[in-house]
Formats: sequence, C-alpha cells, structure tokens
Amino acid sequence: MSLPDGWEMVIGLEVHTELQTKTKLFCGCANAFGADANSQVCPVCLGLPGSLPVLNEQAVELAMAIGFALHCSVAPSTFHRKNYFYPDMPKDYQISQYDLPINSNGYLDLPDGSRVTIERAHLEEDTGKSTHLGGSGRIHGADRSLVDYNRSGVPLVEIVSGPDMRSAAQARAYAAELRGILIATGASDGRLEEGSMRFDANVSVRRPGAPLGTRCEIKNLNSLRSLQRAIDYEAARHVAILEDGGKIRQETRHWSEDLGETSTMRTKEEADDYRYFLEPDLVELSPSIEWQDRVRAALPPMPAERRATLLTIVSEPTSAQRDAVGVIVDLQLDRFVLDAVAQGADAALAIARTSNEIAAGIDSLANLSLDSFVTTLQLEASGSLSATQAKTVLAEVLATGGDPVAIAAARGFEQLASDTLSDLVASLVEAHPDEWHRFREGDEKLAQFFIGQVMKATKGQANGKAVIAELNARR
Amino acid sequence: MTSAHDIAARVAAGSSATTEVETSLAAISQRNAELNVFLYVDEEGARAAAHQVDERIARGEKLPLAGVPVALKDNLCTEGIPTTCSSKILEGWRPPYTATVVERLLAAGAIPMGKTNLDEFAMGSSTENSAFGPTLNPLDPRRVPGGSSGGSAAAIAAGMTPISLGSDTGGSIRQPAALCGVVGIKPTYGLVSRYGVIAFASSLDQVGPFAANVADAALTLEVIAGHDRMDSTSLPETSPSLVAHLKDGVAGRRVGYVKELVDGSDPDVAAAVAAAVEVLRAQGATIVEMSIPELQLGLSAYYLIAPAEASSNLARYDGVRFGLRVDGDDVAGMNEATRTAGFGAEVKRRIMLGTYALSAGYFDAYYGQALKVRTLTINAFQKAYADVDFLIGATTPSVAFPFGSKTKDPMAMYLNDVFTIPSNLAGDPAVSVPFGRGEANLPIGVQLLGPGRSEAGLLAAAQVLEDAERAR
Repeated sequence: MSLPDGWEMVIGLEVHTELQTKTKLFCGCANAFGADANSQVCPVCLGLPGSLPVLNEQAVELAMAIGFALHCSVAPSTFHRKNYFYPDMPKDYQISQYDLPINSNGYLDLPDGSRVTIERAHLEEDTGKSTHLGGSGRIHGADRSLVDYNRSGVPLVEIVSGPDMRSAAQARAYAAELRGILIATGASDGRLEEGSMRFDANVSVRRPGAPLGTRCEIKNLNSLRSLQRAIDYEAARHVAILEDGGKIRQETRHWSEDLGETSTMRTKEEADDYRYFLEPDLVELSPSIEWQDRVRAALPPMPAERRATLLTIVSEPTSAQRDAVGVIVDLQLDRFVLDAVAQGADAALAIARTSNEIAAGIDSLANLSLDSFVTTLQLEASGSLSATQAKTVLAEVLATGGDPVAIAAARGFEQLASDTLSDLVASLVEAHPDEWHRFREGDEKLAQFFIGQVMKATKGQANGKAVIAELNARR
Repeated sequence: MTSAHDIAARVAAGSSATTEVETSLAAISQRNAELNVFLYVDEEGARAAAHQVDERIARGEKLPLAGVPVALKDNLCTEGIPTTCSSKILEGWRPPYTATVVERLLAAGAIPMGKTNLDEFAMGSSTENSAFGPTLNPLDPRRVPGGSSGGSAAAIAAGMTPISLGSDTGGSIRQPAALCGVVGIKPTYGLVSRYGVIAFASSLDQVGPFAANVADAALTLEVIAGHDRMDSTSLPETSPSLVAHLKDGVAGRRVGYVKELVDGSDPDVAAAVAAAVEVLRAQGATIVEMSIPELQLGLSAYYLIAPAEASSNLARYDGVRFGLRVDGDDVAGMNEATRTAGFGAEVKRRIMLGTYALSAGYFDAYYGQALKVRTLTINAFQKAYADVDFLIGATTPSVAFPFGSKTKDPMAMYLNDVFTIPSNLAGDPAVSVPFGRGEANLPIGVQLLGPGRSEAGLLAAAQVLEDAERAR
C-alpha cells in the first residue's frame, strides 16, 4: 500500500529481542520458555528485599555479537533504573541501559540495497507476564490479574533504528533481515510467535523534503504482518487527519490485529516520568578489547553474505533464483544446499527444490539426509525421474524418512534404462515416418506425439525430457 | 559480658556453646521488655545452632567466632525468620534466603540470637521511627540509643550479646555506637557484601559490626568482609587482616584534626576529641590541624542522594508479591492503599523527597547537583589523604539526647549525621570508638576516618584510644 501522492512515510523501529542465554540477565534462573508459571524464579528476579543483580556474561557476549553484526561500535556502558509501577515488574523499576548503551552507531543493509542506520542496541531486562481475567482482558477493569515471573529478568536487547524507512514494506524487510541476523549470531531463536522478538514502530508522515512530522509509536507488534499492516494503517490515518486540516497528537498507540486499526494507549501528557538514574547495584560494563575481538572473530557469516555465497553456484541467477536464495538462507538451509552441490547435485535444481519442496516440509527436515537429497536430485537430473516424480519422492522422503530409490521403486517410478528408451524411440520413429518427418522439419508439437507414444508403451514410466533429448539426438 | 574473643577461645577449648546462648538469652529476657532491643528472639534457632557449633568443634573445625552470640539488625535477611525493617509493610514476611554476612557469621560459628530494632528502613537517627516502638538507651532509658541501628548498639550496651551487626548509610552504625558507648565500624564501601541487606540507599549502605571493644569489632569485620560474587559492587579482594594489626599503634602516623568534624558539637564532645588528639600525639602521631570545607556540603547532598535511591528501592513494597496488602479499587489503588498504610511518616517523607529530586525538570538542580557535591567530597578527602594517613573528629554533635527532643523538626534530627555522612558519600571507612564522658556522664564517640581499605590502620588507632580510656 502506498500513500496518496505528495506524502512520504517516515518510520523508525525499536526491536526487542530476547537473548538465548542459559540463564537470566541478573540471576541464575533458567531462561526457558513454556515452563510452569513461577517455576523459574529466585529472590533476584522476584525483586525480593535485599536481592542484588549480577550481570550475565553470556548476555553481554550476545549483545556484542549483535552489535558487531550491525556494524556498531562497542563502548564502556552503564545501567540505569527506569522507574514505574507495574505488577509484572517485581522491583517496580526496570534495569536498562540509558545514555551509555553497549552498542551504538551501526547500520543494516537491506536486500534491496537500502541502508538503515542503527542508533543503538542496548541490554535490558524483560518483565513478567500478566494475564488479566474478566472485564476487557486488559489491566483496567479486569476482575483479577495473574502474573507469571518466569520471564522476569530474561535478557533483552533493544535495537533502535534511525527514522530511515519510507514504506511499511521496507520496515518489514528491515525487521526480516534483522531477524535473520539475530538468528545467525545465535542471539535469538527468532520465534515471533513466542514473543522472542517484539516491534515498536514510530510512524510519521510529511511532504517530501519537509521536516519530520509528529510521530506516533505503535507498541508491541509481534509479527511481520502486523508490523506492516499497522504502519500502513497509521500512516494513512495521519494523512487523513492532515488533509482534513487537523494535527497529529504525539502518543503511544495500540494495534488491534482483529480490527485492523490502531487506538490511543496514552498521550504524551500521560506518559510516565521514568526518573532514570544510574543503577547503584551494578558497575560500569567495559568489555576488554580481547573479549571484543574474540566475539567479533567468532561471528558466523551474516545472511547477506550467505545469500551472496549461495548465488555464486548459479552462473546467471534469475530473479526467481534470487528470491529462492533469500528463502533458503532464511530457513538456514544454505549450508545444506552448498553441501548437496558439492556432492554432485545440480545447483539450479538444488535451489529450486529446497526453496519449494523442502521449505514446504521444513518441519520434518530431520527426515531428509543430505545423501537422500543428492540422490533424488541426481535421479531427476539424469532424467531417471521426471520433475513431478522427483517432487513426489522428495515430499515422501520428508514425510517418512525413507530411501528415495526405494520410494521411487515402490511408487512404480522405475525409470527406463536409457538404452531401452533409445531402442523404443528408434522403433517409434520407424513406425511413424510422417510425424518424424514433420518433427525434423521443425514442428515441435510433434515431440508431444512421440512422448505420448512412449508413455503409452511404457505405461508412464518414462521421463518426458529424456524422450525429447532422445528425439533431438536423432534429428 | 565476656568478650567475643574469650567466648570463642573457651568454646574452642571444649566449653559448650549452649552456655553462651543461655547467658545471652537470660540477659535479653532481663531487659528486652523494657528496652525493646530485639524485635524477634530466635530462642530455638540459637539453641539448635549452639549444638551444631559444639559438634563442629568436636569434629576439629576451627571457628573464629565459636559460640559467640550475635544480634542482627532487622534489615538483614534471615531465611524463615521474620525480617521487618521495623516497618508494617514487611510485618510477618519471612525471607526465603539469608544475607551473605549472616551466612559468614554462621560459618564462623557465631550464633544469631535474633533481630534488632531500627528506624523504619534504616531512616532515622534515634529508632523513634520504628513501627514497633523505639529502643531505649540502656545507659539511660529516657534517652535515645541513636539510629538507625539503635537496637544493635543497645544489644551491646545492655550486655545482651558481645557483637552485633548494623548497617551504616549516613552514620547508622557510628552514631548509635557513640550514643551507646560501644565500638562501631563503617567499612569501606564494597568490603562487606550487601546481598540480603534490605536496601535503603544502595550506593551508601554498608554493613558493619558493633562490639564492646575494638578487638571484637575487628574480628567480626574480618569474618563478614571479603568478596561476594552475589554483590556486583563487592571489592575483588579477600578479607583484610585486622586483628593482627591492632597493636600497630600510631607512631609515625600523620593525623588530620579536622575543624569541620568538630565545629557545631557540644563543648563536652569537642573536649573529648581534643583529649583523644593528645593521646595520639603522645603515642607518636603527628597531628595536622586542617580544614576541609567541602565536608559541610555533605549533609545536603546526602539528603538528595539517599532519598532518591530510596524512592526507587522502596517501590517494590507495592502489595503485589509479599508483605502487607491493602485492597483498592484497582491495581494502582491497591498500591496506594498498601503504601499509605504500610509506611511511616519519615519513610514517606524521604520517598517524596527522592521522587521529586529525580523528576524530569528537577533532576539537574537536585539529584544532579548532589552528585557533583559527592564528587567534591571525594576529591576533598583524597586531597587530605595525600597529606595525612587518617582524620579525627567527633562522631556526633552531642551525647545521647532525650526522646522526642528532635522528632518535631526533621532538620534537627538530620543534623545529627553531619559528621558521619561524608564517609558514606566517599565510600571510605570510619570507626567510632568511645572516649570520655560528657553530659550526665554519658559516653562520647570519637570518630576516626581513613581512605578506602585503611581499616587496619584505623582500628590500630582506635585501639590506642581504647587502651588510653581504660587506663584513665
């Protein structure tokens, strides 16, 4: 969706990602999703009187990895307290980095070539999770509220972009690319549905070239689809108000996925005064140069580099292949494809089958060994299996973990030996001289006639492409 | 009461720790109803602990505080034992864990007898702010024992236990030590773990010992000090050697006699400090009269920094998870009703002060300015310590004052901490040692201040004063 002519969207994103550490940010409790409520808690993450935070080294390491992957500089940093009352925040303050974040001044290049600046990527702790029963399902008017503190103190990194994006699609592409980077660094599992990543979008509109308009922040978007829809909705809302001669009120807004619209959460005037001050229970965080170098050196290749590497296996990639490579890297299957090609699989086939058939059966990927994949592709490439047959075999290997040759045999996909096919074609050419003549003169439609005859003679066991190859060889 | 050193020696030699516990329990039951020193006496726990100590000694363990009864300020978390901070908001709360300092006392064979009274959340200088009534000064029950660790100081003065622990945020160990005539140490910030110490002002709080003599205080500090990985602000080193240096004396030491640490005190207090200075001089110290004007700024900086941190530290008492809950129409209403009913007037005053000092638009003028003054104080001390080894002054402006004499005027009460606050701002150690008597024959505390980690030297100087006091 785009805005009416003469308007430009300006979008900045704040992305919260939970870090995949073994333990929480400031205590030894397990950082695990889905455990029984309030089973992963201790005096520290419950904020009991007298408890003190101790910073998790692994969280610092993952935060630095994110920073380096986003071309940030890592600097000595501090923690502050962000003070506000909320039942799922046990200390009634959140420990967060404020004026001195661990990572700042980086950028992220998107697949379309655009660059989004990263202002900062800082560490902070997550809150517990409230469930409001009765009433509206939100805290006001609920009959009772239940709080699970398992998530309290889970490490988060908040990645703040510059106001650099100009469409909801670009914002979505940024979020998707960032997700890939977070997964590649090992910082996050990227599971949006489990809340591992959450997005806040700052949206404003302006006339091109004009100063930035008044922004609204849409909080807690938890899917790429919601992100894109909410931004489009919000920008259109701004344009409608402005074209009507109105003014935008700076505020925080809530996105309803069901209604497909945003609504006011709180206005600027109602915003809390967080009374930030330096957290006296923690000391300055100054990772040594050696530690930084170790983290940087251990960084695996990022998605952009992996896409480029994968594209090198096809000589002149089509745009469909570029898209397919994006899907493959997203699914972390690029190594698999490269290995298959190294073992003799055809590159174009490997990319096509991986981005389609394997992507569709990704949940049962464990059933597909590299050998089975390579064997299937080789059967297809040699003409022993038709494209359709190869797809069927692949789907069944994924579903059952069986051997592709055995599956092909069981399904009656037993291919004709090539000399058998050659003999058959020779006899058909002899039996149908007129058709053969017309084919030789260039009437390609006649290929279908011969394929039909071969299929009839072999009860569908032959491969159409192999038949055409055989005919062409005789022309 | 027998000293901790003597108790540990005889228990190590085979005398039962149970005897020590029964002696302590008898002393507590004799005067606790009158003085309100202990909020909770753990008779059963103490007797059980005595048996364990006997068993450990029988097994050949070396326990530096074998069988020594200890009183714990009620802001130290003790698993399964009520820990109230003398506040209604924590009445009945039993922590699921134990503070590191208490764990270390237990490991050393000490026997916690119970929890002592304090000004609510350690905010005060007289224990009059306790929700459970004031503690009376054992030396004169019409007077305050000082605060906020009034109960722990009174436990020593009343002979209930030979050692106790308090916490010192702006003088809360040294001031009651002075008013009760006992020794109190505020250690270097980070020397003693704060894990399990219920926070008042995190950047200032430090746990330390009380004892009837310097040697017992030094021994107790040795036991509780040293790095704790549960406290990020804990210093990396192990516990210092203190008792071994008690006889080091002061010969050759340079001592700053600081005008601002005496000015404004009563004549009896000033005279005691002057006499202490002469003792040190006679023992070979060089006395350097000096002025450190920045120290006068400490009080106002402290009353912004400490309340600011407290306003955040005390936010968690919201009725949601533990302690008191008073219902309201909604969550915010419940928070408000709980805090209104649960906190006393002084705690509310400081939460409001601190909230204000940190608020948008006021931060720079108040909290920000106070941090600058804190830096000034640190620099001023550093400059002084470039010239002298330690400083001497009064601990408090007066001897123990009568109940009610300062409760109407918070500023008058706050001024009681004017000499003790600078050490907290700087994170430096200071000791209060009884020296001389003043009005109504009440004890006077002389304060010795040093740079970070100078405890051994400070305690050696305190020992010199204690020896001179005994010889008089």
